[in-house]
Amino acid sequence: MSRRRPFLLRGRFWVGMLPWTWLLLFFLLPFVLIVNVSLSTPDLAIPPYIAPLHQAEDGSGVELVPDLSSFQRLGDEIAALGEDGAEPLYLRAYGNSLLLATLTTVCCLLIGYPFAYHIARARESIRNVLLMMVMLPFWTSFLLRVYAWMGLLDSSEVGLINQLLIGLGIIDTPLPLLYNTGAVLTGMIYSYLPFMVLPLYANLVKLDQRLLEAASDLGARPLTTFLSVTLPLSRNGIIAGAMMVFIPAVGEFVIPDLLGGGDVQMIGRNIWDDFGPNQDWPMAATVAVVMVLLLIAPIIVFNRSSRSEAGEQP
Amino acid sequence: MSRGTRSLGARSWLVLVFAFLYIPILCLVVFSFTSGEITTQFDGFSLRWYQALLDDGEIQSAVWLSLRIGALAATSAVVVGTAAAFVLTRFRPYFGSSFFAGMSTAPMVMPEVVTGLSLVLLFTHPALSFLGGRGALAIWAAHTTLCAAYAAVLVQSRLREVDRSLEEAALDLGCPPFKVFFIITVPVIAPALVSAWLLTFTLSMDDFVLAAMLSDPGSTTLPVLIFARLHHGLKPEINALATIIVVVVSIAVLTANHIMLSSQNARLRAKQLAAAAD
Repeated sequence: MSRRRPFLLRGRFWVGMLPWTWLLLFFLLPFVLIVNVSLSTPDLAIPPYIAPLHQAEDGSGVELVPDLSSFQRLGDEIAALGEDGAEPLYLRAYGNSLLLATLTTVCCLLIGYPFAYHIARARESIRNVLLMMVMLPFWTSFLLRVYAWMGLLDSSEVGLINQLLIGLGIIDTPLPLLYNTGAVLTGMIYSYLPFMVLPLYANLVKLDQRLLEAASDLGARPLTTFLSVTLPLSRNGIIAGAMMVFIPAVGEFVIPDLLGGGDVQMIGRNIWDDFGPNQDWPMAATVAVVMVLLLIAPIIVFNRSSRSEAGEQP
Repeated sequence: MSRGTRSLGARSWLVLVFAFLYIPILCLVVFSFTSGEITTQFDGFSLRWYQALLDDGEIQSAVWLSLRIGALAATSAVVVGTAAAFVLTRFRPYFGSSFFAGMSTAPMVMPEVVTGLSLVLLFTHPALSFLGGRGALAIWAAHTTLCAAYAAVLVQSRLREVDRSLEEAALDLGCPPFKVFFIITVPVIAPALVSAWLLTFTLSMDDFVLAAMLSDPGSTTLPVLIFARLHHGLKPEINALATIIVVVVSIAVLTANHIMLSSQNARLRAKQLAAAAD
């Protein structure tokens, strides 16, 4: 064994180097750059910012001047909160994003838990078909599924839901279904539901049936069995699913842009606008830094739950 | 056993949620065959929008670019992801291993606007101009990072199930580790590698946010083009495109699933045979 060790060690080293290098270069380093740019000054150059560490204007070498004005703008919004006529653009977007992400997570859990539970309890042959049917929309173009809702929710009389309701004689004039918070929420639940169902299913399918039988043999009612056996055992699945929905939902851009119209401000849109049309990269970076800070706790929770989930497998 | 699905409540819940998942997709498909201009009214059957798709050079070149980036990104993501899965399952804890574990799954949940912005800052950084700035290469790198996280999860779950006695036997008989990897480990995890490739390919084909932030005028992928068109009003042409995508994705996902299932069944049968022989 000891004869082979150095060889083995060398091979292992290179196998480890590849993903480490890749992630350091294309995941960690870019984050360092976000922080760097968030402390920069907007400029009319390419790229459109002056980094904190730059050539001094008088030519006396490099100087380090972090520019806190982007963070200051967020601070000013917090300071002005109580005042009349305050327009906290970014704070409102953060609040909206967190609220909509929370609502999406809760709705996905309420819809997805019984759904995943019943799939996991189905006969094995049916189970794989049902699982397949959850996977298919998950892999079908996200953009086009959101687009489908634009047709369904359309606020004129040609909107599909409006056509149906008018045809049934329930309403006379079309309802304003598109371009509001409700439309965004519907789109988000629809898009993120599979992200909730798949980890929940993976967890629930492993549930030992004998535990449920034991509980009912000992006289527990179905509800008691569910609350004291099934629910606690599926905790990791719930956490993994909830985080898979919540974290990306906070930064969602496409759905509020296509279904929300101009009214629904979310933080993903602010980053997009500051990065694109406004060309204020330091502000976009600052907003992103604050969002990552808000999301660090959920990301750690997600990692813990997914690791203990992986560890549970035989 | 199947108590859950036999009850009426359970069944109707399954039907309801599946209806919720599938009705929007079904609508896209149905209205792709309309002969009118409106995407939500059926004015009679026609294939004119499929014909329009065939005549649309812009869409065709976007599809071609997306296919190329998707194939390259899926390949590199499977390589990086498999290496990551090895580190996560076969390496004893070392300094930084839990940091690595966290970093390898983080791209899956990190909001895409943040990942996208951070990669734009990387590719446009004045000191890193040798990376070539924004464009197809940048999109490929971004997709590889995102897809490698998914590939790592898929390959990892297969690696944990692998019976390691074969590998150990080969090593004990003096086979060098890299050879053990290619003649024993790779064939054993091949189904997971194939399905990881197919699924990450679909993921890359589908990604909009990363591609949009990292594209330059010469590198418009299909989702970037679709998004631009959605802002110019809805046309049944997009429905026709969606229908084709639904069909292609269904075939890809069903194939990936079939490969996984049949290898699982083969393993099960082998186990039963071994048990019967004992």
